[in-house]
Amino acid sequence: MYQLIVFLPLAAAILAGLFGRRIGDRGAQIVTCGAVGVAALLSWVALYRVGFQGQVAVVPLFTWIDSGEFEVMWQLRIDQLTAVMLVVVNTVSALVHIYSVGYMSHDTSIPRFMAYLSLFTFAMLMLVTADNFVQMYFGWEGVGLASYLLIGFWYKRPSANAAAIKAFVVNRVGDFGFALGIMAIFLVYGSVDFQTVFNATPQMAGQTFTFLSWEVDIVTTITLLLFIGACGKSAQLGLHTWLPDAMEGPTPVSALIHAATMVTAGVFMVARCSPMFEYAPFTLAVVAAVGASTAFFAATIGLVQNDIKRVIAYSTCSQLGYMFFAAGVSAYPIAIFHLFTHAFFKALLFLGAGSVIHAVGGEQDMRKMGGLWPHIKVTAVLMWIGSLALAGVPFFAGYYSKDAVLEAAFAAGSGVGDYAFVLGLGAALLTAFYSWRLLFMTFNGTPRADHHVMEHVHESPQVMLIPLYMLAAGAVFAGIAFVGPMVGENWSDFWGQSILIREDLHKAMAEAHHVPLWVKLAPVVAGILGILLAWQMYIRRPDLPGALARMHDGLYKFLLNKWYFDELYDYVLVRPAMWIGRLFWKGGDQKIIDGFGPDGISAGVIGLARRAVRLQTGYLYHYAFAMLIGIFVLVTLYFYTMGH
Amino acid sequence: MLSWPYLLSTVTFLPLVGVLFILLIRGEPEVVARNTRNVALFTTIITFLLSLVIWLQFDTTTAEFQFVEKFGWIGDGLPGSAREGFNYHMGVDGISMLFVILTTFLMPLCILASWEAIEHRVKEYMIAFLMLETLMIGVFCALDLVLFYLFFEAGLIPMFLIIGVWGGPRRIYATFKFFLYTLLGSVLMLLAILAMYFQAGTTDIPSLMQANFPSGMQKWLWLAFFASFAVKVPMWPVHTWLPDAHVEAPTAGSVILAGVLLKMGGYGFLRFSLPMFPEASVFFTPLIWTLSVVAIIYTSLVALMQEDMKKLIAYSSVAHMGFITIGTFTFTQQGIDGAILQMISHGIVSGALFLCVGVVYDRLHTREISRYGGLVNNMPRYALVFMVFTMATIGLPGTSGFVGEMTILVGAYQANSWVAALATTGVILGAAYSLWLYRRVIFGELVREDCKKMSDLNWREVAIFAPLVAAALWIGIYPKPLFDVTAVSVANLLQQHEWAIEAARTALAKP
Repeated sequence: MYQLIVFLPLAAAILAGLFGRRIGDRGAQIVTCGAVGVAALLSWVALYRVGFQGQVAVVPLFTWIDSGEFEVMWQLRIDQLTAVMLVVVNTVSALVHIYSVGYMSHDTSIPRFMAYLSLFTFAMLMLVTADNFVQMYFGWEGVGLASYLLIGFWYKRPSANAAAIKAFVVNRVGDFGFALGIMAIFLVYGSVDFQTVFNATPQMAGQTFTFLSWEVDIVTTITLLLFIGACGKSAQLGLHTWLPDAMEGPTPVSALIHAATMVTAGVFMVARCSPMFEYAPFTLAVVAAVGASTAFFAATIGLVQNDIKRVIAYSTCSQLGYMFFAAGVSAYPIAIFHLFTHAFFKALLFLGAGSVIHAVGGEQDMRKMGGLWPHIKVTAVLMWIGSLALAGVPFFAGYYSKDAVLEAAFAAGSGVGDYAFVLGLGAALLTAFYSWRLLFMTFNGTPRADHHVMEHVHESPQVMLIPLYMLAAGAVFAGIAFVGPMVGENWSDFWGQSILIREDLHKAMAEAHHVPLWVKLAPVVAGILGILLAWQMYIRRPDLPGALARMHDGLYKFLLNKWYFDELYDYVLVRPAMWIGRLFWKGGDQKIIDGFGPDGISAGVIGLARRAVRLQTGYLYHYAFAMLIGIFVLVTLYFYTMGH
Repeated sequence: MLSWPYLLSTVTFLPLVGVLFILLIRGEPEVVARNTRNVALFTTIITFLLSLVIWLQFDTTTAEFQFVEKFGWIGDGLPGSAREGFNYHMGVDGISMLFVILTTFLMPLCILASWEAIEHRVKEYMIAFLMLETLMIGVFCALDLVLFYLFFEAGLIPMFLIIGVWGGPRRIYATFKFFLYTLLGSVLMLLAILAMYFQAGTTDIPSLMQANFPSGMQKWLWLAFFASFAVKVPMWPVHTWLPDAHVEAPTAGSVILAGVLLKMGGYGFLRFSLPMFPEASVFFTPLIWTLSVVAIIYTSLVALMQEDMKKLIAYSSVAHMGFITIGTFTFTQQGIDGAILQMISHGIVSGALFLCVGVVYDRLHTREISRYGGLVNNMPRYALVFMVFTMATIGLPGTSGFVGEMTILVGAYQANSWVAALATTGVILGAAYSLWLYRRVIFGELVREDCKKMSDLNWREVAIFAPLVAAALWIGIYPKPLFDVTAVSVANLLQQHEWAIEAARTALAKP
């Protein structure tokens, strides 16, 4: 069964990708939707078996790399953590597949799109079922490839191509850390299997090894390197720049890859490696600090963006920050729980945004929307549900998970926990604000689109709406249904051996349920305040935002330009690299190496030959004189050597 | 047939039989050209199939040389002298066997790639290629230094001709540069071979591995061999012949150059430098590492700025070969296994990339990147193939490039984490220049009129690429058969190396 879950999407991708022309658009849609749909149903069965009956499984396939001690197997590991991820990945993927049938119906290369989606699903499944670090890396880079292909799906757009390359290369920077981490793991543990490594970690704690030129703590270094990888994939501060640009891809892609699944891989990795992170307190602090900073930082940018998808993208970035700081205070189950609920409501928001974009003929700028409510009521309601869940309004899914995240941060009782709690609370307010800013700008007020567009505004077809209904159901019920087993008092019954928390040291998970009442209420209050603020600024006093922006022009520009990260990187990294490349090529290779090497030698030989030619003048007395000198030298030499 | 004792020689010299047949072809020029192509193709295919028998019969449990043939060749040694004569001595072990297969595998594809691209002097061209094949296989099978040297140097002659006669406009400059560089290395290597003969009294490679040269002499010999191999690999800073040679060479010439000729350098390090001069190899390891790391970063940056497709891939080859030299000199099982695997992988992948360039060059007769764009619109099959190899060259897991690179880096990390970390930066840059190349050629709007007229891969081209794609993915997903071949031989090499170093240490300790 587990093989089917993982390999059905691959088979579908190959079928649709290579034989797309033969089976036609409809055929490709049926094959891919069918395969991923079946995989999704089986995933729920898997969750039941593994999560609620505790039947953990390991499915060996065959040997991959086998060089001396370095042995890597293709092997599927199905434990509780994997089972949850299987459900998230396959469910959202199946719904996005179905949605895409409607959304992409006017596109000219449907089979290619469906094949990419299924290929992505396969890679993501390989990632979450990996039983060793190298196979995880396979999935890790595999989703990177699929993401690259899908961001650049509309390959005629230069901006899409640029975004695709940027996503791949920035991710590679993260993968650089991941790869070094794997190498270090093999050096220290002599194996890359999760189980072997995790079992040996307690003995490694506190020991040191030489990394580069420094003597450093083993577990801390390795986990930090792994975390660099996680930052790349999950778009955390510093390596986040690719995610907003990734919105160049078709909207279903944004929902599946850049909201629900791929970008959460970093969080999954930290949770998967909890047996290592637990022995690296410093790394945990870094994780929490980076997560909290990202949560806040991305939310500030989300405040002022005008592209509907970019707002949601920054929101994703910010929510990933929440997951990381939950993991950073050792509340891994809460991090995964938030990942789980977030997948539903964020996919809903993205697909809802897609429905809006579809309705207004491809426009993404919210300044050209407004007043859409009467025309697309269903979409509007669905977007509201998604936003309510995102803002953490009670009894929606996000309420349970976001509250738990903040409670855990507070309960950690550490400096970095408090830092995370404060920033997280602030971000919660900002989140609610930008979510309702989005809703109000899109659906309320007077229409700002021209009347040609407004005449054609229409509700999406059922094939797009049905997946939305299902996601909406998830956004409403995923929290209340799973809060008990996943993060309740008896969370360890559910997660079994898949997550390790050293409860003697890290109390966040245990104490999260026993925080003061005001801590429990604060996120809700922050959320509602944010909503009211948005209402004040975009419904009651629509002139306020403009005035504010004019008053704080510097700050506004700073936020609008995303804290100038792109400009900074361009200036510090991209341009110098190109400049040095040109210098090495023209200066190093052509001037120095060739100049003194082959070209120099040949020029030298020619020069020498020219001079030698000049010796042959043809005058007899020149030759005679030369001979005379020769004899003189020889005779002198002869006597000289004789003398010794 | 299965117990035929001269299998290795048969595989080696079979292409020459093809040459004989080609020489016999008479008739109208067109008929001659057609028959020549057919004969060349069949010869190379049969050679490949026969070479697979070597793999099938190869015993992966021993590090000994297999399929050995040994006959007296030149002299029996002087009477009363301790020196032996030169022998015709052939054999393969786990280190060399895969290179034989690589050579015979690429050859039919090269013939196919030249099918329409070469219109003039077809006969001479095919003869040059078939002779080249014999000489290349000979390099990897030779177990006598003189025999090796003969194959090694003679192989250059057909290559000079292929570039110099069928090459691009600046072919003479390229040939001359190629010649100048390799000449320098060859002369020094010849001197070293002579010195070894006078010291050890034999040119037999297996015996020389046990010869234990004095450590001072090892260093000189090592440097002399290094001069030759470094140019071949090529290592920074003696790499500048490569971009020019590639740019001017006809497509199939580039494939062989990148696919096989460069590997001779890497193979040389494994066959000679490491086992014969173990102390010197350890002594010079920092040099190799430095040059390799510089090569990886330097040439990756240079590749980023190239405007010529072939030059870009040529520079990326230098970077990839940097990984291989690092792996070789880690003295770890992973490093060397990885280096061999990466050489095979690079042979397939970079060969395929040059073929990809050849496809568009045949249609538009330019290699300038900016002259293309948007080819995915009218050449979807080509776009797919190019994508597979782009991903393989940047080492995406699941392709052959990853297996080699990762294994090397795992080995390198054990030897020195700085080397591994710096080399890994090449992985980032590699992604940047490869994807950028792909984006500029394949993606975008199809605007140019001449690009619009380009047709997708025809069946001949599909037949060229299909085996390459299959090989790149197969090695990426299930490389175990290859690792099985190398495992014992590499382990033995390392064991011998360790003993030699230990012996040298104890010798030093005793006054």
